[in-house]
Amino acid sequence: MSGMSADPAQALPAVMSPLSGQMLELDEDDDLEVFSKDMNLMDGSPMNASMPTSPASMINQYKFEEETDAKDIFVTVDNPESHVTALETFITYRVVTKTTRSEFDSCEYEVRRRYQDFLWLKERLEEGHPTLIMHPLPEKFVMKGMVERFNDDFIETRQKALHKFLNRVADHPILSCHEDFKIFLTAQAWELTSHKKQGPGFLSRMGDTVRAVAASVRGVRNRPEEFTAMLEYVDSFGQKMISLDKVTQRIVKEQKEYLGELKEYGPVYTLWSGSEEELVEPLKGVASCIDRCCKATEEQIGHLSENLVPLLHEYVLCTDSVKAVLRRRDNIQAESEAKNDALANRKADREALKEEVERLEDKVECANNALKGDWLRWQGNMRSDIKAAFVSTAEKNVDYYEKCLAVWESFLTSQTAAHDMESNSGHSS
Amino acid sequence: MTSEKESRVPIMAEGSCLLRKMEISVAEAEKRTGKNAVNMQETYTVYLIETRPADSVTEGHNPVPDSLWRRYSEFELLRNYLLVTYPFIVIPPLPEKRAEFVWHKLSADNMDPDFVERRRIGLENFLLRVASHPVLSSDKIFFLFLTEENGWKEAVFETGFLAKSDSRLKALNATFRVKNPDKRFSELKHYSDELQSVTSQLLRVRARVADRLYGVYKVHGNYGRVFSEWSAIEKEMGDGLQSAGHHMDAYAASVDDILEEEEHYADQLKEYLFYAEAVKAVCRKHELLQYELETASQDLASKKQQQEELAAGTVRTFSFKGMTSKLFGQETPEQREAKLKVLEEQIKEGEEELQKEFVKNAWKDIERFKEQKDHDLREALMSYAVMQISMCKKGIQVWTNAKECFSKM
Repeated sequence: MSGMSADPAQALPAVMSPLSGQMLELDEDDDLEVFSKDMNLMDGSPMNASMPTSPASMINQYKFEEETDAKDIFVTVDNPESHVTALETFITYRVVTKTTRSEFDSCEYEVRRRYQDFLWLKERLEEGHPTLIMHPLPEKFVMKGMVERFNDDFIETRQKALHKFLNRVADHPILSCHEDFKIFLTAQAWELTSHKKQGPGFLSRMGDTVRAVAASVRGVRNRPEEFTAMLEYVDSFGQKMISLDKVTQRIVKEQKEYLGELKEYGPVYTLWSGSEEELVEPLKGVASCIDRCCKATEEQIGHLSENLVPLLHEYVLCTDSVKAVLRRRDNIQAESEAKNDALANRKADREALKEEVERLEDKVECANNALKGDWLRWQGNMRSDIKAAFVSTAEKNVDYYEKCLAVWESFLTSQTAAHDMESNSGHSS
Repeated sequence: MTSEKESRVPIMAEGSCLLRKMEISVAEAEKRTGKNAVNMQETYTVYLIETRPADSVTEGHNPVPDSLWRRYSEFELLRNYLLVTYPFIVIPPLPEKRAEFVWHKLSADNMDPDFVERRRIGLENFLLRVASHPVLSSDKIFFLFLTEENGWKEAVFETGFLAKSDSRLKALNATFRVKNPDKRFSELKHYSDELQSVTSQLLRVRARVADRLYGVYKVHGNYGRVFSEWSAIEKEMGDGLQSAGHHMDAYAASVDDILEEEEHYADQLKEYLFYAEAVKAVCRKHELLQYELETASQDLASKKQQQEELAAGTVRTFSFKGMTSKLFGQETPEQREAKLKVLEEQIKEGEEELQKEFVKNAWKDIERFKEQKDHDLREALMSYAVMQISMCKKGIQVWTNAKECFSKM
């Protein structure tokens, strides 16, 4: 597997190092200009949740034939606020949209949304496009560690994940055109509530669920090989993500314990300097070096916690999303197969059934094509997300070691200089 | 190699010392088994001591050094001899008998090869310190230790040093009863206590830091494993993942060498932890002499008082001496008393002289020790900085390589 060369159709015109050059050169205002026609726009930057998604973070993965326009919609999620009512306390987030799309009446919108609203949007999008792969929402609850719902870190992590979710929808050529997406971005709170109520009724949704359960119980008979391959891949991939998530969290834990001990280490040198005469400078110097390394370590831990950890967690959730998509596709096929069986067995109503069979067969074909297209898109996103996160982590680690190196080198230089000065002034060493 | 060691041994006295004339090294360590004092089988380690005249190595001429084997207990015997014979000298310490301040990966086993190797270095360091000492280097027993494998033990015991050693109880007694302690020695003792306390605290914390650092590095090894498994199911990302995984493995493995090097730093700190004890021994000896001097003076004073009372005819207390001289002595009590007084005065003057000599010699060696300590510890701190720098450079390299691999994914 690892020896295969890339499909020419998917060839990257630019290798990664020019990309980092791009990231450094771009000014926010130049966002809209820096595109070649080839660029397919995807959010490749999991780090900058507070900045509007800039084209700098788009990584050219492959040509998406239908797409030649520049990005014309920018969405940000920020500014969490707590709301207290008689019944409950909840957080809303500000969602800002800037767009030049003609479907939108205005070019700028600002609304406030709560988690429930995002959940609603996701369900609507899934209903409309059951076999498109969406980036996952952050989890509803966090069981581990009994994190309090309104803990600052939790809110910040959730906000970034919501931002990413929305941006992935905005970047998706099909999903971003969904009516409910537009409503989500533009409707005032009361408008959204009333629109939600207009959705498919309870009974019709129940009917969908019953059909889906029946289909999954029936099972699909002739799943095309490529979808089985996808399932197997996602299974393995999911396991890897879980492992990496665990490993990374363990690293954070070990780093924190290391930092704890390091914080006790420097002061002992300072204590020692109190009983010495000639050794005061070098001892205090070492203490200071250790303290500065402590700060660098703290930064490194922060970076890991805010970047790689959430990203890997997202991809654990992603695999669940993708598995759900594959299941839905299977169900669609199963339904179609069932209707075909019915057709084969029924004598009466054959015309009506035939229509139904054709409709379902079309539905299967659409579903399959949608999935196939989106699969590539998902793989591309995954690759760029993972790559960016690990590259960033590696960079931060280099930065960490460079900082510590500078600290110790400067200590050594000052000690050597002091020593030379002493020798030169005739002081016996 | 030897020149490296010599630069580590500082401040050689103006007078000739053994190290100028002789190259000394503890070249090897070997395991032996034999029967011990209670006739039981035991395994122990012996160390090969090699010596060679200093100027014997010349262009194209590399003579085989003389050598003999010694075990740790013999080094201990040598040191005990030196402690008793030169109580005014800060005697260089031996490396620890058992591994202490151990962090989890490091073995506390005396037979562990790394421990034996570090002990070999410590023993060589001990010999070099003694050989470069202005006073200790000319000791005959030390010379025999280096040159006479057989009969050395007998020679040591023949010096009768065991009889000269002060009992612990006596020394402890003196600590509590000295009335006029010398301020300089009190301060020195206080400093040694502080040095002991702070170096042992430092060694403990350092060991914990090492333990944690080990954990951090080793966990990264898991990345190697997972990346490798993952690369099997990926097409474009496979190569990058695979090679990044190798770098993660290298990173995890690198901590072993890093921490092994740091053990040398810990050993340097330990040497001064033990040196602090040696300084305290000199202080205790001083206290003992001071106590004996004060006791002698006190005795003299009370004898004088008794004599006066005798002369004045007012015998306050029953004096056995007075009675026996009355009954048996040829001398008069006065004559006897006079004789005793002279004797005791002489004793007191002798004690005073002894004490003055001691203080003079001790203080000279303490000054020498202080300079040596400042020099050595400063070097140790700088070598610690060098180790940290090396560790940082390795880290930069590994993560730069990893970054490149990730970029290619």
